[in-house]
Amino acid sequence: MAEQLSGDLRLVGLTKSFEQFTAVQPTDLTISQGSFFALLGPSGCGKTTTLRMIAGLEDPSGGQILIGDKDITSTKAYQRNVNTVFQSYALFPHMTVLDNVAFGLKRRGDKDAKRKAEEALELVQLAEVGRKKPVQLSGGMQQRVALARAIVNRPDVLLLDEPLGALDLKLRRQMQIELKRIQSEVGITFVHVTHDQEEAMTMADTIAVMNGGRIEQLGDPATLYESPRSTFVANFLGQSNLLRATVTGEPGSDGTVVVRSHDTDLEVSRAHLPDGIREIFLGMRPEKLRLGTGGGPNQLKGTVSDVSFTGVATQYLVRMPWGRELTVVQQNDGSARAVVGENVTISWAAEHGFALDAHQDADAGVDTED
Amino acid sequence: MASVTGTAPALSTGASAPPERRRSNWVPYALLLPGLLWLFVFFVVPMITLFSQSLQEGSIDEGYTFTGNVGIYAEALQSYFPQLLRSIGYAASATVLALLLGYPLAYFMALKAGRWKNVLLVLVIAPFFTSFLIRTLAWQTILSDVGPVTSFARSIGLTNLLQAVGLTSNDNLMASKFAVICGLTYNFLPFMILPLYASLERLDPRLVEAAGDLYASPAQGFRFVTWPLSLPGVVAGTLLTFIPAAGDFINSKLLGNTQTVMIGQVIDAQFLRVLNYPLAAALSFVLLVLILALVMAYVRKAGTEELV
Repeated sequence: MAEQLSGDLRLVGLTKSFEQFTAVQPTDLTISQGSFFALLGPSGCGKTTTLRMIAGLEDPSGGQILIGDKDITSTKAYQRNVNTVFQSYALFPHMTVLDNVAFGLKRRGDKDAKRKAEEALELVQLAEVGRKKPVQLSGGMQQRVALARAIVNRPDVLLLDEPLGALDLKLRRQMQIELKRIQSEVGITFVHVTHDQEEAMTMADTIAVMNGGRIEQLGDPATLYESPRSTFVANFLGQSNLLRATVTGEPGSDGTVVVRSHDTDLEVSRAHLPDGIREIFLGMRPEKLRLGTGGGPNQLKGTVSDVSFTGVATQYLVRMPWGRELTVVQQNDGSARAVVGENVTISWAAEHGFALDAHQDADAGVDTED
Repeated sequence: MASVTGTAPALSTGASAPPERRRSNWVPYALLLPGLLWLFVFFVVPMITLFSQSLQEGSIDEGYTFTGNVGIYAEALQSYFPQLLRSIGYAASATVLALLLGYPLAYFMALKAGRWKNVLLVLVIAPFFTSFLIRTLAWQTILSDVGPVTSFARSIGLTNLLQAVGLTSNDNLMASKFAVICGLTYNFLPFMILPLYASLERLDPRLVEAAGDLYASPAQGFRFVTWPLSLPGVVAGTLLTFIPAAGDFINSKLLGNTQTVMIGQVIDAQFLRVLNYPLAAALSFVLLVLILALVMAYVRKAGTEELV
C-alpha cells in the first residue's frame, strides 16, 4: 500500500469542559503513525469526547491536536484528513452502499471514486452488495460498510467509536480479527474507543486506560495487565485479588521485598513495588495463583467456598481466615479439582505479584464495564 | 351460527389457532368500514351527482334533465382557461414562497430550537384559532393603501419594483396579484411547515455529522444528506399547500381585483350567483382532473417511493 507519511497524532494539553464538569482533563498523548491504539474506559470517562475532538466534531476547551507537524485544532471536521466509524454506523439511508462508500471521495473530487469504492467494498468482503440500500443489510454488514466508507479515503487517522458495540458476541470476535487484518493491510493509524477490555487487548498495540476524564495508564496490553499502576486499571483490565499489606523489609539480594499482610509475611518483586510507599495493596491475578504449596514463600491458607467449572478452567473462591475471598483460576490441565469446604493453600511466585499505593479505592474499576 | 360456535371457545381459551386467524382477517376491514362509509356518502355520491349535474341541461326554475351534454366541458375550458391557468400559477408561486419561508423555519424548529421547539410549534398552529376568512380580511388591513406596510414598501421602492414586474398595477399593494399570492402563502404556510418539521425532526443529526466527517462542507452536507432526507416532507408540504391553494376562492376575492380572478372564484359565482349549475359542475371537474394530473406527474418525478 502506498502511504504518504503523515506522522504521529499528538494531543497536547487537550481538554474539554462542559458547563458543570470537565469531560476531559488536560491530556498529552502521542499515537504513533500506523499503530492500532485503543482508548479504553467505562462510559463517561471522556474517551468518546476525546475521539470527537480528534474528529473535529467537538471543539476543545484548550490544548492542541497535531498530525505530524500540522496543527489541526482549529480546522473543521470536513477539512481534516480524519475519518470516523460511528457507533451507530450513520450510513446514509437514501444512498446505495456504493454511493455511501464513494461519498467522501466524491466530496474531494476524486475522479476514480467509483472504482476505489468498489475496491474498498472488496476489502471488507462486501463487493456484491454495492447496489443495495443500507437497510437491506445485516448489522455486521452495515458495520463493514461504515468501515469501508471511512478507510476508502485513506485518512491519516481512522477513528472507531465503539464500532462493535451493536454486534452480538460471535460476530464481534469475528470483526475484531477482521479489523486487525484490515488495519495491518492498509497501515492507517487506528484510534479505537471501547469499554470492552478484552476487545481493546485483542486488537490494540497500545492502550490508554481512561477514567474520570484522564488517562490512568498507557502501555501495551501485556504491561497494563501484568503491571497495573492503579487499582482502577487492576480491576478494569481483567480481575485482581488485592490484599492490604505493609512493607516491612528492605530489598533482599534476590530482588524481592518482604511485606506483611494479615500476620503473614509475603514477598513481592522489587520491580513491582513503587518507590517510597509503605502501605500497599498487594495484587495477584487469579490465574497466577496456584492451589497447593508450590514451595515458594508466598502461601496463604483458606477454605474453598465456591467452585465453578468453565471448561478450559476452573474458578475457585477461597475464603481467607479474615473473611475475604480470593479468586483462583486453575487451568484444566488434568490436575485434581478441589471441592467446596476443602482447606487449601494458595501460592504464587513473588514476581507475579504487583504492589499499588493503598491510598486509593480498592474497588475502583470493579463492575464498571458497562 | 357455525362461525359463532367456532370462535367462542377460541376467545375463552385463546389456544386454537385457526379461529384466531379468522378473527384477525375481518378486524382490519371492520375498522375501515366507518371511514369507507363516510367517504362513500360524502365523497363518492356527491362526485357522481356533480358529474351527472355537469351533463344536464335546464335551469334552476324549470329543473334539469340529463342530456349527456359533453360540450359543456369544451365551453368551460374555452371560457375560463385564463382563470384556470392563473389559479395554477398563483398556487405554484404561493407553494414555492411557502417552501422558501417554511423550510428554514422548520429546520430551525426541528434541529436548533431545543426547549423552544414546542412554543414555536404552537405559534405555527396559532393562526388556526382564528377563522380563515378573518385572517384573510386582516390582510386587507395590513396591506391597505394608507397603512404603514404600504408606505414602508413605497419608501424602499418595493412598490415600484412590484409594479415593474407586473405583480401590482399601481403604487398600492392591495387588490393585486401580489396581495393574492401573499394571502395564499400566508394561509397555507402551516401546511407546509408541519410536514417539513416532521421529516426534519426525524432526521438523525449523526448523519449530518457523518457527512461533515466525510469532507462535505455544511452546504454539501445539506445538499447531499439533509435535503434528500427531508424530501418526503417537501413533497407532502407542497401538495398540502398547492392543492387547496389552486382551488381557493377567498384570497382572490378579498385581496385581488377583476384581473386576478381564480377558478375557485368562478365556480363559486357560477354555483351561487349565476346559478349555472352544469357549467359550475364541469369547471369543478376540470379543476379536479387538472390537479390530479399535476400531482401525479409531480409525485412520480419526486420518486417518493424511493425515499425512506
